[in-house]
Amino acid sequence: MTADADFRFDVDKDRNTLTIGRRFAANRQLVWDCHTRRDYLDQWFAPKPLTTRTKSMEFREGGHWHYAMVMPDGQEFWGRMDYKTIRPIDGYALLDGFCDENGLLSPGMPQASWDVAFSDITGGTMVQTLVTYGSAEALEQVIAMGMQQGITSTMERLDELLALLAKG
Amino acid sequence: MDKYLHIRFNALGDPTRLAVVERLLRGPASVSELAEPHRMALPAFTKHLGVLERARLIRSEKQGRVRTCFIEPAAMQAIDHWLGERRAIWAGRYDNLDTLITKLTGEDHDG
Repeated sequence: MTADADFRFDVDKDRNTLTIGRRFAANRQLVWDCHTRRDYLDQWFAPKPLTTRTKSMEFREGGHWHYAMVMPDGQEFWGRMDYKTIRPIDGYALLDGFCDENGLLSPGMPQASWDVAFSDITGGTMVQTLVTYGSAEALEQVIAMGMQQGITSTMERLDELLALLAKG
Repeated sequence: MDKYLHIRFNALGDPTRLAVVERLLRGPASVSELAEPHRMALPAFTKHLGVLERARLIRSEKQGRVRTCFIEPAAMQAIDHWLGERRAIWAGRYDNLDTLITKLTGEDHDG
């Protein structure tokens, strides 16, 4: 398991932001590749017991990654990441949104903006992601939709699973 | 679904109200206790409490001349639960990434 010092998850309710920081024991190029290649993303992006399945990916400014997180029972949660700016291998910015299996963004659903930064640290690479919701209303909508889709119960089971694994 | 969630986030989007909610998370307090750290007229402060009550983040009870405010625990749960989920998602996916990196770098720790 990762020590707390290696994983940062900070919430700023005034600014509607989340900041996630994590260090990895690999050089920056490799960690960058893991974030930007579909064959690698498919191996880690969805938390267990979900799996990731890429439908299409164009990693370029103006392109997008269209993927599903798939439950063990086959239920799919579709999403797309629209790449805005890319600065290899320092970082990229994108918009994260819900969509359907054809890549059509869910109507009326706000997209969160992600700013992902990669930096060298002793023995590896630090990845920091700043997630910004456009407004309190946008954040609320995303939360409400998560509840509607039953992701909540999925993640409750995930919490239980993670707890079991931690004991394991 | 929780129709008060929308109102709740707006209610929290103010430093005075956020401070009140954070104070009440530590236990009930009277209106005058709550107002004390905030340099504003009582009517203005009472308005903030009204916003929080309508958002069902807090409730208040009057005993004699003293009005005491309480946090509504259920109100905070939806927010905290969602944040807990996000944390679990990120922690889980990054654990997967560790596994992938180990595989790619060929460092097998017998794990």
